[in-house]
Amino acid sequence: MATFNNTDLAAFKDVWVFCEQRQGKLMPTDFELISEGRKLADELGVELCGLLLGDNVEGLAKELGGYGADKVIVCDHPLLKDYTTDAYAKVICDVIEELKPEAFLIGATNIGRDLGPRCAARLHTGLCADCTHLDVDMPIYKDFLKESSTLSAEKIEGLNSAMVLGEKHDVSRDLKMTRPAFGGHLMATIICPRFRPTMATVRPGVMKKNAFDQAKADACQIVKPAFELSESDMQTEVVEIVKAAKKLVDLIGADFIVSVGRGISKDVEGGIKLAEELAAELGGVVGGSRATIDSGWLSADHQVGQTGKTVHPKVYVALGISGAIQHKAGMQDSECIIAVNKNETAPIFEIADYGICGDLFKVTPMLTEAIRAAKAAK
Amino acid sequence: MKIIVSVKQVPDTSGKVAVNPDGTLDRASMQTITNPDDLNAVEAALKLKDETGCKVIVVTMGPPPAEGMLREILAMGADEAVLVSAREFGGSDTYATSQILAAAINRIGVEKDDIVMCGRQAIDGDTAQVGPQIAEKLHLPQVTYAADIQKSGDTITVKRMLEDGYMTIKVQTPCLLTCIKELNNPRYMSVSGVFEAYSKPMSVFDYEALKDDPLIDATTIGLKGSPTNILTSFTPPQKGAGMMLEGDGKETCEKLAGILAKKHII
Repeated sequence: MATFNNTDLAAFKDVWVFCEQRQGKLMPTDFELISEGRKLADELGVELCGLLLGDNVEGLAKELGGYGADKVIVCDHPLLKDYTTDAYAKVICDVIEELKPEAFLIGATNIGRDLGPRCAARLHTGLCADCTHLDVDMPIYKDFLKESSTLSAEKIEGLNSAMVLGEKHDVSRDLKMTRPAFGGHLMATIICPRFRPTMATVRPGVMKKNAFDQAKADACQIVKPAFELSESDMQTEVVEIVKAAKKLVDLIGADFIVSVGRGISKDVEGGIKLAEELAAELGGVVGGSRATIDSGWLSADHQVGQTGKTVHPKVYVALGISGAIQHKAGMQDSECIIAVNKNETAPIFEIADYGICGDLFKVTPMLTEAIRAAKAAK
Repeated sequence: MKIIVSVKQVPDTSGKVAVNPDGTLDRASMQTITNPDDLNAVEAALKLKDETGCKVIVVTMGPPPAEGMLREILAMGADEAVLVSAREFGGSDTYATSQILAAAINRIGVEKDDIVMCGRQAIDGDTAQVGPQIAEKLHLPQVTYAADIQKSGDTITVKRMLEDGYMTIKVQTPCLLTCIKELNNPRYMSVSGVFEAYSKPMSVFDYEALKDDPLIDATTIGLKGSPTNILTSFTPPQKGAGMMLEGDGKETCEKLAGILAKKHII
């Protein structure tokens, strides 16, 4: 166990990214995190390492290099084939205590959100959940605040230190982890000044992926540290893994999303059909607010919002969605937001680029038709 | 056998969220509710109570008014309630919070065939960290995102949700499970339950009650024991409202399609 309050911070270096694999396939989040980790490692002037656990997964490692990893630490073991909290937390914590990374990023998937807190509690360190923005470099962080906050320039300039246990602490080398709280109404930047590694889970779909570079992939080094793991470390047993049979709804990767809300309640099937037609015309997918998922109108993988997916498509069409903060939190960074709502005071209009006040059942088919005509006229 | 359910009182973020001029949350002007995922955990515990006759103990950490929430859960059918409340516990991040809750659960006592349940995450912090961190501190196996729980002897079989499907996981008691809304529909308080709620045992664990637990230390609880610090909190600038198009007829739709085409969006 790390010592309390006298961790030798200088003993820790490098940025690590947990590279999640499922059934021997890397997750899309891994590439986003490696790309983001590259930026942080450069700001710190250290190396970026991927951490890959599984059974016979060494072959996946080089690809991570193509997105920016200098090294990939591969832990191969039959007991690591499928994710279990017990085995993964043990191996990761042992390797971290041995090799001492300065920062450790994990994708905030259902698995990452299980693993992160378990490891942070064992390592006695801080973990910031579901980050949407990460910085080390102060000037870059300040530029981010100038653009994304309502703080005064004076306040931003003064943010070079924080009071930690009554003492002034220089934050210039700390990982500054920014995340939304209360549905995006409030943002907070969290630091972990006294312990290492600084851990963060990062929201999938938020960080930008670098272009793949084959030369970098070829140069990526593979490291295979020794570790111990046996049946006696396992308290849980994975009986089976079932993939959803239905086609996956790729909300995060979609350029166009047409979402429906409670406004379709008078004719649910008809409303969804209209949204599907518009989505098909745009070449996108259908999403929904929490109300539509809770009512069982759409399956949970369609949900956009704080407890669903965060999306930033080129165009987000909100049909009959009032725009509760939980929903806005998941889509307000879309490049263009179009809202159709009967109620002209609906909060969705506060963030919409284009708003139409009207009945979605009347407007949507006309909009689909108009877009079809406009495309044909090009 | 008993089930210990950890719950949290949270501001109702589905209503109006008020922010103070200094950028902090105006909690005073917001309604409080029991965290929704925690109610699913309570219901799961009460269902197992219906089947097995086990005891259900609900525990929360918070200010004294959280007692009202505990009474509501007693009225749903829980047997005992514990309020963990002390000034020393204030300012805790998830690490320090789980440290204190683990100490409280230790004091209640986790035996061979017991289960600890939590909600997946609280709607105010949205971290989903406290459950797994309690499990680690209590050295219990954990299963998060439970969408179905079957108990047979000392084996629990859990359907654990993934983004693209689910895993079936077997775990032995004692263990910790975090629950999601797909698990069940929480029951209402019954009228007789409301009457009985006031005669059911309610204990308060203050700093004195927990201070001898090895988990409780000045360096592991409250603000001083929190590994994370807030550097700054701020409100994002409101994206300016865009263009409201006049009318809801054909011309309006054509106009919008025209703009989108002109901007090369479509």
